[in-house]
Amino acid sequence: MSLKTVGVLGAGNIGVGVVTDLVLHGVQAVVVDTRDDILERARAEVLKNIRFAPLLSKTLPQATKDEALQRMTLSTDLKNVVSCDFIIENVTEDWGIKKPLYERLGELAPPEICFGANTSCISITQIGSASGRPANVIGVHFMNPVHLKPAVEVIRGFHTSDHAVSTLLQLLSQLKKEAIIVEDMPGFVSNRISHLFMNEAAFVLQDNVSTAEKIDTIFKKCFGHMMGPLETADLIGLDTVMHSLDVLYESYKDPKYRCCPLLRKLVHAGHLGRKAGKGFYTYPTG
Amino acid sequence: MNSTYTAEASKVRETVTSFLQSSISIANLNDDDHLFESGIVNSLFAVQLMTFLEKNFAIEIGMDDLDIENFKSVNATTAFVMRKKDSQGAGATN
Repeated sequence: MSLKTVGVLGAGNIGVGVVTDLVLHGVQAVVVDTRDDILERARAEVLKNIRFAPLLSKTLPQATKDEALQRMTLSTDLKNVVSCDFIIENVTEDWGIKKPLYERLGELAPPEICFGANTSCISITQIGSASGRPANVIGVHFMNPVHLKPAVEVIRGFHTSDHAVSTLLQLLSQLKKEAIIVEDMPGFVSNRISHLFMNEAAFVLQDNVSTAEKIDTIFKKCFGHMMGPLETADLIGLDTVMHSLDVLYESYKDPKYRCCPLLRKLVHAGHLGRKAGKGFYTYPTG
Repeated sequence: MNSTYTAEASKVRETVTSFLQSSISIANLNDDDHLFESGIVNSLFAVQLMTFLEKNFAIEIGMDDLDIENFKSVNATTAFVMRKKDSQGAGATN
């Protein structure tokens, strides 16, 4: 049975991408974040994504501005997602923020509603333990730009049920995405490997081995990557990359996950990447 | 093509080139370099380019314009902007 409405918690970088994809595929999105200005910025970004989607993909469905507006409800009240068929969480990669959110969501939402945790690195089992419904919590790791990616990393927590898996697979089939199901360890497959890659690129830059452009060009022209590691970090958001590395380091206590000081310095300086206009690169505004 | 058109097209070309060079730190950008195919920019940059063109040249990019061929190089982008300005100018005088 198709899912008609999906709650989206967190209207940042990835949340906007998730909403774009839902709206393009005719699914109602109920978007919740803590502030109205964040929600307004998210709405504008979603409309821009939808407007220019035909330029980037000939196979994506299209939606008019009016259709898009009708398919989005924006709110600062968490209670507005409790009547949704499924809820996707994309808030800041910080257990201090996610834990109370899941506890509250677990109290508010009907017990049969499943939660998709769009986390970079935090254990799905850990998230399940905060939610009061571990069987109905599943990891759904969307990658940026969400509406242009053909696949999603799906993570089974220790208690994740077949019902949660089949509900999520139903949603992903509506979005025409392939689900790649993996087991639950911090970082899963994607980020456990990719963050080492991005972090080491930052160390190479810190050590003045080369410029950011040349580091990325080597991977694009010699290895055929679409984007280099530093461009990718800028796209994800350097704060998110830093938080994820910290989670990995805390989880595995392995020094290979220690965050590069240059990366941390850029975050502290507010150079968060594409979303802030400056990261390893500078981006045009507007 | 009269000299006014040529001068205006040169200005557009210059503005587009300057925007590209400031955005992507490329030393030598030729007017016919394929921006997307060659990997000079990725497809996400196309959205930034559209936004820049609309704001800078006061044109409106419609659904029918959303073809990467219109923006594949500096020359293609310049030609597109000039066509839009012409058609919007003609529309305004009708």
